Amino acid sequence: MTGRIERRFAELKQKGRAALVTFVTAGDPDYETSLKIIKGLPKAGADIIEFGMPFTDPMADGPAIQAAGLRALHAGQTMKKNLKLVREFRAGDKETPVVLMGYYNPIYVYGVDRFLRDAKSAGVDGLIVVDLPPEEDDELCLPAITADINFIRLATPTTDDQRAPTVFRNTSGFVYYVSVLGITGTKAPDLKSVEKNVNRLRKHTNLPIAVGFGVKTAAQARAIARSADGVVVGSALVSAIKDSLTKAGKPSSKTVKAVHSLVSDIARGVRS
Amino acid sequence: MTTAQVNSYRTGPDEKGLFGIYGGRFVAETLMPLILELEQAYKDAKADPSFQAELDSFLEHYVGRPSPLYYAERLTEHLGGAKIYFKRDELNHTGAHKINNVMGQILLARRMGKKRIIAETGAGQHGVATATACARFGLECIVYMGSVDIERQKPNVFRMKLLGAEVVPALSGSRTLKDALNEALRDWVANVEDTFYCIGTVAGPHPYPEMVRDFQSVIGIETKRQMLAREGRLPDTLVAAIGGGSNAMGLFHPFLDDKDVEIIGVEAAGLGLRTRKHAASITGGRPGILHGNRTYLLMDDDGQITEGHSISAGLDYPGIGPEHSWLHDMKRVQYVAATDKEALAAFQLCCRLEGIIPALEPSHALAHVMKIAPTKPKDHLMVMNMCGRGDKDIFTVADILGVKL
Repeated sequence: MTGRIERRFAELKQKGRAALVTFVTAGDPDYETSLKIIKGLPKAGADIIEFGMPFTDPMADGPAIQAAGLRALHAGQTMKKNLKLVREFRAGDKETPVVLMGYYNPIYVYGVDRFLRDAKSAGVDGLIVVDLPPEEDDELCLPAITADINFIRLATPTTDDQRAPTVFRNTSGFVYYVSVLGITGTKAPDLKSVEKNVNRLRKHTNLPIAVGFGVKTAAQARAIARSADGVVVGSALVSAIKDSLTKAGKPSSKTVKAVHSLVSDIARGVRS
Repeated sequence: MTTAQVNSYRTGPDEKGLFGIYGGRFVAETLMPLILELEQAYKDAKADPSFQAELDSFLEHYVGRPSPLYYAERLTEHLGGAKIYFKRDELNHTGAHKINNVMGQILLARRMGKKRIIAETGAGQHGVATATACARFGLECIVYMGSVDIERQKPNVFRMKLLGAEVVPALSGSRTLKDALNEALRDWVANVEDTFYCIGTVAGPHPYPEMVRDFQSVIGIETKRQMLAREGRLPDTLVAAIGGGSNAMGLFHPFLDDKDVEIIGVEAAGLGLRTRKHAASITGGRPGILHGNRTYLLMDDDGQITEGHSISAGLDYPGIGPEHSWLHDMKRVQYVAATDKEALAAFQLCCRLEGIIPALEPSHALAHVMKIAPTKPKDHLMVMNMCGRGDKDIFTVADILGVKL
């Protein structure tokens, strides 16, 4: 059975353009606002949606996404609500792929089998779990494949030709190439090395390659879209949420719009 | 939870870095090649007699090993039961057991050609030890420390700076040890080429729990030899305090297969196990995944990590080394807890009776010794790991006792 992710990339390939993958943290700044943001993303130009599952100790994320996770947790976000958010989104959108991204502990505590069952029925298409390298595939990757959910792996500049086959062995859906050494949202990607690395990784996989970490502007997105199959934007959207909040940290009338207009802007970059 | 019998408790971890279900390598892909490189480098060093010889030489001439095994005569008389010995690791250079591990890792970093060393620290003891060894070898040293801890442990912050280290405040999350560890991991992800991450306890991704344990095992190896020389037999009971668990693992590991030796780890019960203000991961937590390994953790029902609390900044960590988690499940080591109040009483008693100002960390172990020593016969040999000296804690203690310095 072909999944939504595969269909979406095939469709965009026909159109001859890259996918825009947008990341926001589930429940940031609160559940209701987050739902509004997410529901409007496809119309604003997002082709694939990633929801961050908030975690207190996100060791691969920079300050913007860490803070977003804590905002969501303080507003009462839980794993159950992460899945509820997907379900509510899916009720109004049957085609846009949804990927959950996060860290293993909240999934482990929820229970791997229960999580996969509930995620599948909510309409989740893929998982990115930052702290589960191929060495730990028995934990969640293999059960996810059995449950018909894509397990999307991060490849990084340290993924050399020797390491690449290990990384791609059980990967499906797409490959998420982390364009910089470091945490999310800090350094800007060096476009030349991104292109070189994406082409290098293509020797090891036929899956679409999306590039992320540090993409903030339409111009960067456009440049990356030339060599990659997808562009991931995360910290910039999360920062837009933060900048729109009131002094008390509550959502304002601008919050939802701020995210959607930035997505539209970057979508034009990807499509041009 | 398996309780199947094993032939030896000393063979772990397996090739995946597991002790039973605990341990492992739960890290971001960026770090995976580094961890594999470190594992290989450590394997090679372990097999190279010249590495051990170099380490032994520094432990003897720079750290001041072996540390004495001291008969605490007045404390023994006072408690009226077991014969109590202190393993005096507080007499090491820099005042704690932390330097044992740091010397090993820094020599390994040199072997690997790494010039930039990063470390996390809670109370500051591991940071000071790392800054010390880096000064000795002319290596760049960056220590991550929670901004809350920087405030609580000013003398150690100044020590690190005197030694030439850069102390970087961890401003995220709860701004304590766990956040310092997050920041150190973030640094490592961003500086993979030249940087060596010197972890201070028996936690983190494989091979750290094994490597740190091996470097700290000098404590138990010496204790065994010294006790045989003094008393002609092995001790009956070992007691050590546990935060991440490196001093305890160092003392315990060489004795794990000596079945008659009773082994007890003492966690920090803070304000009490029934309050949420404690740092007892085993007695008050459950298994989860954090900082690269599966182990017992303090967390809420949704898998979010909660903050530890202890009077001792060195025990104030929401996790514990994975090998301890396994030894707990296997029931080879007994894990108990002592409160802030009990540790403070033990601290004061030790000052008065033995003329030793202990750190607040081993004061927790001492608090448990005070509970059990009176119940044992006079020929019962009990060893407590005096893993650090209390100079760093006098401000905290003065504060609690209402004394203005």
